[in-house]
Amino acid sequence: MSLDASVRLSLGVLDLDMALAIEEGEVVALLGPNGAGKTTLLRAMAGLVPLRAGHVHLDGKVLEDVATRAFVPTEQRSIGVVFQDYLLFPHLSVLENVAFGLRSRGTGRRVAAEKAVNWLQRVGLGSYAQAKPAELSGGQRQRVALARALAPDPRLLLLDEPLAALDVTTRAEVRRDLKHHLASFPGLRLVVTHDPIEAAALADRLIVMEQGRLVQAGTTAEVTAHPRSRYVADLVGVNLFRGRARHDVITLADGGSLTTVGTEDGDVFAVVHPRTVALYRTRPDGTPRNVWEGRAVDLDLHGDRVRVRLAGSPSIVAEVTPAAIRELGLDRGDSVWISVKATEIDIYPA
Amino acid sequence: MRRQSVPIVVAGLATVGVAFFILPLLGLVLRAPWGSAARSLTEPETLEALRLSLVASLSATGVALVLGVPGSWLDSTFGITLPFTTAGVVMAETFVAMPFLILTVEAGLRSMDRRYEEAARTLGASRWRVLTRVTLPLIGPSLFAGAVLCWARALGEFGATITFAGNFPGITQTMPLAVYLLLETNQEASFILSLVLLLISLLVLIGLRHRWLGSA
Repeated sequence: MSLDASVRLSLGVLDLDMALAIEEGEVVALLGPNGAGKTTLLRAMAGLVPLRAGHVHLDGKVLEDVATRAFVPTEQRSIGVVFQDYLLFPHLSVLENVAFGLRSRGTGRRVAAEKAVNWLQRVGLGSYAQAKPAELSGGQRQRVALARALAPDPRLLLLDEPLAALDVTTRAEVRRDLKHHLASFPGLRLVVTHDPIEAAALADRLIVMEQGRLVQAGTTAEVTAHPRSRYVADLVGVNLFRGRARHDVITLADGGSLTTVGTEDGDVFAVVHPRTVALYRTRPDGTPRNVWEGRAVDLDLHGDRVRVRLAGSPSIVAEVTPAAIRELGLDRGDSVWISVKATEIDIYPA
Repeated sequence: MRRQSVPIVVAGLATVGVAFFILPLLGLVLRAPWGSAARSLTEPETLEALRLSLVASLSATGVALVLGVPGSWLDSTFGITLPFTTAGVVMAETFVAMPFLILTVEAGLRSMDRRYEEAARTLGASRWRVLTRVTLPLIGPSLFAGAVLCWARALGEFGATITFAGNFPGITQTMPLAVYLLLETNQEASFILSLVLLLISLLVLIGLRHRWLGSA
């Protein structure tokens, strides 16, 4: 039993065309930059945005199918949503918020209140039952929103940027709590996020989307090891190149070439970790197969390392120690020789 | 039979009366820039205004026909009548005061975050439950402010009441009508009545000051 959705719709400049499946027991993260259409996809599954084409099936039951004009309205779908800014009803108490879904689905007043209190205790807010949402901290509100979405016992739980509204100091703690609560929820779970750390921490499987399209899907390890888009590469912090390999030479799409070892011919991605990029004041004569000249565009201190953005053919990011920068006397705008060993380039088919 | 002669005074007054129509018309005709008349008349704004005037007035006539004919039929057949009854007063005041409520509530709805309604629907709430448990409470302050404005407007309503419902003590004579009547017969008493109206308004204002100051 699972979720199977195929969503095609247009909304403003967004043109969404995504297929999505969630299997029993899985926590899936939908990762993508702002404006990729993540929230719209989530809203479409909840029935808040109509599809132009496609379907949404939950446990084999048709929630929406454009071909057969089937449509189950939002209020009859067994889907719980935690909204980005939680949308707790400001005029109701915390208890009434959590009991709202149960009452809406016909549970009696007393039973609903008992269950709501139970849920509040589970998220550690038992003593806040009579408080109004405005009296709670951001992290507490998030937990109320989670309890409210889970109380009616939905089959599918959708979380839209559940940590985005929190400040950095509380985020790690709330993330740990959220992971714990997600683990104890037996249904299907989908977390929408633009934060790769959040995605990696909460989910078993990542689905990366950009501009309304699927870019990459797989476990966190698979996705980070073999990025298939600039967005993912930037998130992971590696240099990603795309080009055509022929006899161990990759001609890059954006100019320049890289020499590798033992590569099959064809369209490929090449990943170079910034730590393996070496910099020289003068042209080095040694074993490295890839040597070219570039210009330092930007120097940026990251912890105990300096990330140097280099313009050239190809452009690349190098990561070196501050001591190395001093020895090189490197400054913004300076020319520098770049070298990458052929064995340090990770190649996989595009 | 000789034609009945018109008294000279009547003729003079009639001439003056006709002059009231003729002179402004003459003035307009003389001052109108006839050279650019065609252009002014075919300008998009003019045509648009003309079109709107015709559409609105014809629609109003249509609505009056649809609602008014059954109304007069009710009156002539069953003796059910709205004018000159207390129900007529209520209708006249509703007609005049309702826009105040509609405008305020509409502004409230527009400034409300409609995603709360979506959140309620994901929790299984029917349309009716969304309306009563989420939408109306959330626009509560606007609803209340609109109701108070509406009430204040209706309380002081004069023109529509006296035109549509008349001025019968105990049936259609509201305070403003009573004040108007007394103003002509017993000025002192009319002052007292006016004061009562003012006092009611003042008490309401004082009673609601927290609501307004608080929710502003």
